[in-house]
Amino acid sequence: MTVNDVVIRAEHIGKSYLIGHQSNERYVALRDVITNKAKGLWSKLRNPHCGAQRNIEEFWALKDINFEVKQGDRVGIIGRNGAGKSTLLKILSRITEPTSGKISIKGRVASLLEVGTGFHPELTGRENIFLNGAILGMTRQEIKRKFDEIVNFAEVEKFLDTPVKRYSSGMYVRLAFAVAAHLEPEILIVDEVLAVGDVEFQKKCLGKMEDVSAKEGRTVLFVSHNMAAINSLCKSAIVLANGEVNFIGSVSDGVNNYLALQHVVKNKVYFNKSTPLREGPKTFAKFLFVETINSKNETTGTFNMGEDIIIKIGIEFLKKAQDVEVMIYFKGFMDAYYGMFSSRVENFYDFKLGVQDIIVRIPHNNFLPGEWSMSLWVNSNKQSQDDLIDHAINFDILSDNNYTDSFVDYTKYKHYGIIGRSSWSSGIR
Amino acid sequence: MKSENTLVIEAGRAEKHYWLDLWRYRELFYILSWRDITVRYKQTIIGVLWAILKPFLTMIVFTIIFGRLAKLPSDGNTPYAIMVYAAMIPWQFFSSAVSDASNSLVDNAQLITKIYFPRIIIPISSIVTNFIDFLISFVILIILMIYFKFMPSWHIIFLPFFVLILLFTAASIGVYITALNVKFRDFRYVIPFLVQFGLYISPVGFSSSVVPEKYRLLYSLNPMVGVIDGFRWAILGGKSPFYLYGFIISLGIICSFLVLGIYIFRKTEKTFADII
Repeated sequence: MTVNDVVIRAEHIGKSYLIGHQSNERYVALRDVITNKAKGLWSKLRNPHCGAQRNIEEFWALKDINFEVKQGDRVGIIGRNGAGKSTLLKILSRITEPTSGKISIKGRVASLLEVGTGFHPELTGRENIFLNGAILGMTRQEIKRKFDEIVNFAEVEKFLDTPVKRYSSGMYVRLAFAVAAHLEPEILIVDEVLAVGDVEFQKKCLGKMEDVSAKEGRTVLFVSHNMAAINSLCKSAIVLANGEVNFIGSVSDGVNNYLALQHVVKNKVYFNKSTPLREGPKTFAKFLFVETINSKNETTGTFNMGEDIIIKIGIEFLKKAQDVEVMIYFKGFMDAYYGMFSSRVENFYDFKLGVQDIIVRIPHNNFLPGEWSMSLWVNSNKQSQDDLIDHAINFDILSDNNYTDSFVDYTKYKHYGIIGRSSWSSGIR
Repeated sequence: MKSENTLVIEAGRAEKHYWLDLWRYRELFYILSWRDITVRYKQTIIGVLWAILKPFLTMIVFTIIFGRLAKLPSDGNTPYAIMVYAAMIPWQFFSSAVSDASNSLVDNAQLITKIYFPRIIIPISSIVTNFIDFLISFVILIILMIYFKFMPSWHIIFLPFFVLILLFTAASIGVYITALNVKFRDFRYVIPFLVQFGLYISPVGFSSSVVPEKYRLLYSLNPMVGVIDGFRWAILGGKSPFYLYGFIISLGIICSFLVLGIYIFRKTEKTFADII
């Protein structure tokens, strides 16, 4: 191996974002700029020695990332939500610039952060193949050459001249992925896009990607939460934790490292900062913190399927209120709602004035493996909403082979969200 | 592997390759323009009709208000309707191109956060889309000319030159406002007002000759004054006044807007994906 084999070299990559403390908005409003400037001017006039206050905090999404990828490597990038995976992918695909450090990449890069980027519902399947191909960096000649292959792969021959808005979601995803699967870059960067589509098609895509990298010596960077997919597709792994590289090495060690990391991570979020999306007037109650605890009384963000989950919520009641309800609801795959728990449903009204902890126990959770997000809501009198924290805390559900007696890869079903047990029988008519 | 296709990513690096990248991504530019045009004219009749109706109806209203009621003079013996329409064509293009361009980045946020390309492609391609409407609106001009039995002079051969200047004006101001619109998300509420305001301070409903001589140079600070006067001069022939000094001032303003627009756009571009 010579130095020339290295196709991606990242040196001391860092990325910082500025987070405003007063507003939840990510962009600046002209209105605010004008009022702030005016306020600043006024306070300067009144007190010339005092500088303008800054409510901005620097947040490092990535810190001092170093790694090398050799030609033909298939590297899995793993890490919890917020570990910096997507930021790293965005920097590698040049969507955003690093704040510090340097990356050198040799060869043509194509990044696939989403299937069907730029698909337009009004355009036909044929038109969208050309559009999407160009967006992913293929030339018109290249697309023409591979057109039939793409159509065959997607199995949409009959609907080529139908606007994609009339496609079923399965067809849509198949077409989108077919275009992407036929990219021929020297380096392919793939985000967790395989999570959509039916299981058969997922297998086909994984197969195609494996072909591509193994036979043609292509370099692939692959981000996924599906440890089975990472295991089968990648040779090596980079584990990110809190914006730093925690591990680089073989894929099996990487996966083990990631799983070990999961159990160590404490899962408790305080709401004094404005980071989670927060709504409501907070006149009679406000949330202080939330914490997820397992049955061994350890604070953790990882649970096995079917394990008990204990949720501890710190809340302060500022005023007396009638008919108070605290609600917890869950968002999972594709940010869709999957379920809720409510104090009112359980006929619980034992809320006191002042600060207190509320303990909610979920026996034998019904979540399928994947990342879950919990949101909190407190309201009274059935109508007024008081404090609402969207995406208050995240937790992961791990696939557990002991969940039932049968051996099933539950990660395959993650997009169904919730699992329940049922009894099955059959009879001859 | 050859060293020439080594890509280096670091803070501030994109600057150096910007124009080269723009050339590399020309295919994407064609295809995005093609997408916008196809989608716009998918419902063919309505798409084309709208491109024609908007300037035509505005022209009728202006002819009645400025020509009949206010009795403002036309240029020479040109029918007032033709004089207004000759200005309405570039104005209509300018206003819709600028407002479409300014919203284009926010509308394409999906693309911007998922793939890399020089962002300037997006507003420019939405300007190109409006150019098709612009060409269609010439059909009405020809019909008007036949109706009023109006024959353009040899000046008409200069029209492409003024069309080019118009494109530059729309692009420079469009790109400038686009950048502001991403940075200050409430800026979009100001844009319709600016466009409306521009219609009245530009010589669309009336001839530039009604502006008193002493204000003429000040008036030329509005870049659209030079463009519209140029259009009238080329379409209506010598009957329309053409102030060379004023035109040069307008050109200067357009050039400085182009430089300023691209500068501001480039400066904010790097953070688009983070803030959009």
